[in-house]
Amino acid sequence: MKNWRWWVSTAAVLAAVFLILARPMPFLFYPKLPLTAFFGRALFIILLSSLLCLYRVARGPSAADRIVAVDLLGVMITGLCAVLAISTKRTWYLDVGIAWALQSFITVLALCKFLEGRDIDD
Amino acid sequence: MIDGIGFVFVAIGLVFDLFGCIGMVRLPDMYLRLQAGTKCVTLGTCSILFGTFLITMPAGGSVKALLCMLFIVLTNPVAAHAIARGAHRAGIKRWEGTTVDQYAEDQLKEKAKNK
Repeated sequence: MKNWRWWVSTAAVLAAVFLILARPMPFLFYPKLPLTAFFGRALFIILLSSLLCLYRVARGPSAADRIVAVDLLGVMITGLCAVLAISTKRTWYLDVGIAWALQSFITVLALCKFLEGRDIDD
Repeated sequence: MIDGIGFVFVAIGLVFDLFGCIGMVRLPDMYLRLQAGTKCVTLGTCSILFGTFLITMPAGGSVKALLCMLFIVLTNPVAAHAIARGAHRAGIKRWEGTTVDQYAEDQLKEKAKNK
């Protein structure tokens, strides 16, 4: 089998998604609120996506790959904050999301300036 | 009813996030990864935030979801453009299947004009 790594990785991702979607979720987080199963699946899917991004951060061959992955992590953690806000009915999680998106944007711009070979006050 | 539409939006956003990150792992080149990841994750997170706005509609803090969505729509393409420009200036290698590089052609034209 020539491209066995493709099959192994596809099987791993499909197995993880199947485990997330098909298992009956234990009511771990907030047992007295309704729709706990939907929120549990949502949190686990976002955490799986973040894990894939962290794989790219760890293994990326160049610096630009790592910058792209960090940008995606920042945007996805905003989505995680939105899911937490609707699952716990506390809207101050959205404030955390806004602040995180702002910090991620400024960080990515500064890292791109360094990647381009200029200084920070250029 | 509005809650149901919001949950549908959140589910669509989750699927877009997952597919964007699978493309982030699978694609062979930095530029292709940038394209897949940035487009998919921007649209998916905007869908999640719009669903959050629809679900928490009567509460006072629901406008913050719209504000966050607008912020991400405005800033994330700018960040992606800056990453692509910086990577091209830093000389990061392309995939060997790429055929068109219009930014390098424009740079050659500008050099020819300046001479």
